[in-house]
Amino acid sequence: MSEAGSALATQFDDLDQQHDAATLGMWIFLVTEIMFFGGLFAGYAVYRSIYPQAFAAGSRLCEIALGAINTAVLISSSLTMALAVRAAQVGRRRAVVVLLVATMLLGTAFLGIKFVEYGHKYAEHLIPGSGFAYTGPYAQQVQLFVCFYFAMTGLHALHMVIGVGLLGVMAVLAARGRFTPAHYSPLEVAGLYWHFVDLVWIFLFPLLYLVDLHK
Amino acid sequence: MSEPRESYLNAGYGLKSWLLTTDHKRIALLYLISITLLFFVGGALAGLIRVNLLTPQGLLVGAETYNRLFTMHGLIMIFFFLIPSIPAVLGNFLVPMMIGARDLAFPRLNLLSWYLFVVGSSLAIVSAVTGGVDTGWTFYTPYSTTYSNSHVLPMAAGIFITGFSSILTGLNFIVTIHTMRAPGLTWFRLPLFLWSTYATSIIFILGTPVIAITLALVGLERIFGVGIFNPGLGGDPVLFQHLFWFYSHPAVYVMILPAMGVVSEIIPCFARKRIFGYSFVAFSSVAIAVLGFLVWGHHLFVSGQSIYAGMVFSFLSFLVAIPSAIKVFNWTATLYKGSIAFQTPMLYAFGFIGLFTIGGLTGLFVASLAVDVHVHDTYFVVAHFHYIMVGGAVMGYLGGIHYWWPKISGRLYPEAWARLSAVVIFLGFNLTFFPQFLLGYLGMPRRYHAYPPEFQVLHVMSTAGSTILGFGYLMPLVYLLWSLKYGPLAGSNPWGAKGLEWQTPSPPPTENFEHTPVVTEEAYAYSGEEAEQHV
Amino acid sequence: MTPHILSLKKYFGVYGALIALTFATVAIASVNLGPLNVVFALTIAAGKAALVGLFFMHLIYTSHRTKIMAVAGLVWLAILIALTLSDVLTRGWLPVSGQL
Repeated sequence: MSEAGSALATQFDDLDQQHDAATLGMWIFLVTEIMFFGGLFAGYAVYRSIYPQAFAAGSRLCEIALGAINTAVLISSSLTMALAVRAAQVGRRRAVVVLLVATMLLGTAFLGIKFVEYGHKYAEHLIPGSGFAYTGPYAQQVQLFVCFYFAMTGLHALHMVIGVGLLGVMAVLAARGRFTPAHYSPLEVAGLYWHFVDLVWIFLFPLLYLVDLHK
Repeated sequence: MSEPRESYLNAGYGLKSWLLTTDHKRIALLYLISITLLFFVGGALAGLIRVNLLTPQGLLVGAETYNRLFTMHGLIMIFFFLIPSIPAVLGNFLVPMMIGARDLAFPRLNLLSWYLFVVGSSLAIVSAVTGGVDTGWTFYTPYSTTYSNSHVLPMAAGIFITGFSSILTGLNFIVTIHTMRAPGLTWFRLPLFLWSTYATSIIFILGTPVIAITLALVGLERIFGVGIFNPGLGGDPVLFQHLFWFYSHPAVYVMILPAMGVVSEIIPCFARKRIFGYSFVAFSSVAIAVLGFLVWGHHLFVSGQSIYAGMVFSFLSFLVAIPSAIKVFNWTATLYKGSIAFQTPMLYAFGFIGLFTIGGLTGLFVASLAVDVHVHDTYFVVAHFHYIMVGGAVMGYLGGIHYWWPKISGRLYPEAWARLSAVVIFLGFNLTFFPQFLLGYLGMPRRYHAYPPEFQVLHVMSTAGSTILGFGYLMPLVYLLWSLKYGPLAGSNPWGAKGLEWQTPSPPPTENFEHTPVVTEEAYAYSGEEAEQHV
Repeated sequence: MTPHILSLKKYFGVYGALIALTFATVAIASVNLGPLNVVFALTIAAGKAALVGLFFMHLIYTSHRTKIMAVAGLVWLAILIALTLSDVLTRGWLPVSGQL
């Protein structure tokens, strides 16, 4: 797959089949990601159901304002991503690049805010392990909550880093004119990945930040 | 047919042309070499286990070392031999050919999957030679996360990486079968091997990620000393078991479904008859994959799982036996009034049906809550799963290797030696594992390096059987390699079989088909009348 | 290949809905509704996920096959969580002599 003219890989009969295969392949990969994150969601569900108060206490350690801002940032990045794919569909090369860069910037902003949150947790001695120092009740189970907080948001952040890198590659390819209305499946596929990462956060935010706020 | 005809084997020489290949057939051979090596490593470990069990005090090793032996045997055989075996070798080779395609949908991902397998299995070997793991292949917590001082982390990392190899393989197969079938090849004209492969791929996609994340959590717990699965720190060890078995139970269907697919190909060919009840066999494959995800709790019957959950899982475990039984009935019905030839692949298929049936029926014993209380963690379970995994899956694998060997290598293997080794394997297998049913029923626990003297006779029988079995496995290694140089040239279709893969030369050219074939008839059109292939 | 091209209005409309639903999530979470809190939180999250999936990820015009696969992933996650919880939540229901 080099120039736009010879974008067809030899195992496929035509670009339609290739596009079909590429999107189906990414969706199947996303299903594996659902199950990958799903293991963490299952563990979370088990422990939240048996330690409801500890999980509420743990949730109150999370900074809702930052979490909410990050949610808005990520949703906005999904918009710019979707618009980037749309721009490719209508052949607007400059718009594709601009929108991809905007998506990357928003993604990086998300990671920056996350970094700040992690920094706060570190400063308050809330990193799980030997340094964990929580003085409230149910300390052991609160540590369990914080474990899941870091595992789930950490895995999510790792996926975002990969996503930003992937979009960088897409932006370079787009700038070189590789995407046309007839052939833009790599961009569509990258978009699916990016939206999925947004989807995971859509569930992480209420489950980690908004447990029993009012108690 | 002269020697240096252009085929995938000689299209490009040199290490680089093999290590950077994207040809699904070459990648299949790369996998074949890797898993054969690992099979014999796992087999050697089995040999050491069996020799140790010749005497009640344990002949060779103490308890600590013995724990590492059975753990490494299980890990290597399951993750690095059985799970990849048929899909990565026969599946990779045959899926594009059976649907009339030039390659899989994502050839480069296919090569990546092999490299991931090599890296993962290398980490496992590193873990083995630096002292191994002693937790049992099941990694139960908190022993594996907190108390074991063995090399859990590199092993877990190796399995994690190899899991992605499986995922990419499954992804490739699903996309290929959905989007690249030749014209006229509808779903219900597909060879049943592809239905089995598709069902297996579903399991790869839905199950493997869960064990990946579970092993990652084990790693986190080991490194940071947190208590996700450690009751002393607020965690639940049974949660680990749920997450582990959510994958590891469907994994056993990953191991058996492809072998069933192979049997579904062999039997119509050597009975010269259409498969009986094609759609039942096809739907059963999918049913096994789906139901297989609903039964994992039967591994937790005596772990402290709630009795209600136990009852639900027990009932569902009985259900999952049904589609397997349907397949056995259909194969048997296919044989009825067939014109049966007893070539080696057919011998393996017969062996499979008999041994899988025994293994499957004993599965019902352990699926039954009350019986399981007595036989859980005894040799009864060990015998049960070896009947299925070795008597079933390995025989299916060997049957498939023999059946498609002429296509893969362009050569015929020596039939007399092949039949002899099939018989040796069958006899050695039964002598090894049937006594283990008795041992388990009489109370001999599994994973013990020493035992009360009254069990010795049965253990000696089992070890004798394993020696015979070991010879049986070495024989194909010798004569198959021999056939590469000295075997007679196979034609494109030495068995007179139906299926698109037999419409190509042996060995096939890199692009498989000069022109995309058009399919106009049902699968296994072996009926009495002349059935012409319009290819 | 003639792709389906959704209008800018649709994309911005979905975006607006997503932001609004985020506000709603936070607002509802600050009211004490007992066990209903988690129900609302997950329902709204599911709604947001549906919007992202259907419009941003184009499921609304993709093949049935892809829709089935996406749903299958969610169903399988539900199986994992439901059957595991079926154990965790029912331990101790049935008195067994000597344990639990």
